[in-house]
Amino acid sequence: MLHHVPDFLTAIIDLAAAFLLLFGLHRMSSPVTAAAGIVVAGFGMLAAILASFLGIFDVSGTGRHLLFENIGLAVLAIALGGGIAWYAGRKVAMTAMPQMVAIYNGMGGGAAGAIAAVELFGAHASGATALTVTLLGALIGAISFSGSLIAWSKLQEVLKEPLRFPGQHVVNLIAFVVTALLGIYLIVLAAHGGMPQSLIVLFFGLAVVTGIMITLPIGGADMPVIISIYNALTGLAVGLEGYVLGNPALMIAGMVVGAAGLMLTLMMAKAMNRSVANVFFANYGAAPKGPATKMVGSLKPTEASDAAVFMRYAKTVIVVPGYGLAAAQAQQKLWEFVQLLQSYKVNVKFAIHPVAGRMPGQMDVLLAEAGVPYNLIFQLDQINDVFATTDVALVIGANDVVNPAARTDKASPIFGMPILNVDKTKQIYVIKRGTGKGYSGIQNELFYEKNCNMVYGDAAAVLTKMIEAVRGLGKAAA
Amino acid sequence: MIGVGGFVGLYIFMLAAFAGWIIIGRVPAILHTPLMSGSNFVHGIVVIGGVYVLLNASTRTEQIIGFIAVLLGAGNAAGGFAVTDRMLAMFKTSDAPAPHPKRHHHIKEA
Repeated sequence: MLHHVPDFLTAIIDLAAAFLLLFGLHRMSSPVTAAAGIVVAGFGMLAAILASFLGIFDVSGTGRHLLFENIGLAVLAIALGGGIAWYAGRKVAMTAMPQMVAIYNGMGGGAAGAIAAVELFGAHASGATALTVTLLGALIGAISFSGSLIAWSKLQEVLKEPLRFPGQHVVNLIAFVVTALLGIYLIVLAAHGGMPQSLIVLFFGLAVVTGIMITLPIGGADMPVIISIYNALTGLAVGLEGYVLGNPALMIAGMVVGAAGLMLTLMMAKAMNRSVANVFFANYGAAPKGPATKMVGSLKPTEASDAAVFMRYAKTVIVVPGYGLAAAQAQQKLWEFVQLLQSYKVNVKFAIHPVAGRMPGQMDVLLAEAGVPYNLIFQLDQINDVFATTDVALVIGANDVVNPAARTDKASPIFGMPILNVDKTKQIYVIKRGTGKGYSGIQNELFYEKNCNMVYGDAAAVLTKMIEAVRGLGKAAA
Repeated sequence: MIGVGGFVGLYIFMLAAFAGWIIIGRVPAILHTPLMSGSNFVHGIVVIGGVYVLLNASTRTEQIIGFIAVLLGAGNAAGGFAVTDRMLAMFKTSDAPAPHPKRHHHIKEA
């Protein structure tokens, strides 16, 4: 009887861990409880990892003679992998968060693939069902692994241009189908004796190559959707390997993330007006579409100080930050300026477009980092009707998300994307580095509107001038 | 380990998928980035599967691949937690007085 105790203990702790992970994730659904939520989930994870070492009492037969060596290796791997990733996660800049998430995600996919590899090489998984699930998990995990690494290298700008060639999608499809067919062939072989190791290696190789090839042509604004898809796929792979290992904690956590990731992916794609199929099969901004629209009106540059003084005497201001703000590292300056306006009883709100930043919600994180309280931050659907009754809209480093062409111009690549109704505001100021085009490479007719003025320059420098102008005003009055 | 196979496994998958779908559906857009890294952290649980196969490894090949599985899984879990915790700690409201002294200087008070 006694030898069942560790088994039972592991099962109980895993159950508790699964609960804590789900409860923690649930607590993350509100900014009020989110910070506590991740800590709860963290304890769940810690408990599950410690409990997994109770498995040493369960090792039987062939693995026995290596047990002490294996325990050492496991501790070393956790210390090494966990330590490095922890250090990197603590140091990484908030602007580099998307590629960091991509890396961690690739690691999870790789781990799921590696577990499947051990099961296959050691011929532990037997029976058609177990083999199918193992191979499916291996395929998904390996694709998620290599795809996430490519996504990282794109966001880190190691790979600068999307790699595209004619017939690419056909080639990718063939690579995927060949890998899947090889998987089926392996199952058939296993039923008739055994799988040759070389074919298993080939299977993993093909899966990794497929992941690379699928991700290479994807670029630009589609990257967050890809990271989110791979996040969901890794969850799925983890869940499937959990099934093979007979571990419910892995199954539950993996499948929850699989479904959650799918939901998140669909929400993101919807906000960008892209379908998930489009992301994979239509190259973003690849083909020039029609002749460039003729712009009516002119660009009206103005001084930073004039714009600042105008805002100081306004009643309501909505700030629309885009990735350009973060690229200029000007979030702190922006918050300083907003606090200054607040001190003159100006009502200031922040409006965030779903795809502002390089990842949905990244702009919110960057503002939070600068100290902006989240009750001043509003999402598109919460604030879009408020623009019409607002005195000033201040657009900083955002372009496509405020382009009215998305509403009217059917030839525009961003047509149909929901935009922030900045053009309905009484007065618009746009802080911009230069006269260049947005991420999608198209002109913005908003900048040519009668009530729109351009303030050219580096966002941080412009905001510094604005702060000085309003402060100077205060001194003159005193 | 307790055995979970066959249809019981499929039921677990179905219920877990529902749970995930519903949990995420309630999250406001403001938290999407921490949520993506948070769910990323949750699938770091794969590390315990890695520990299982490594402890049971009986050949060099199994040891090496098992080691890689634990290494990568631990990285997923630790890194996912580190970044999510960092991001979520930054979300503050101005409605209630902050329990800790504010890092940022308030111009209002000047």
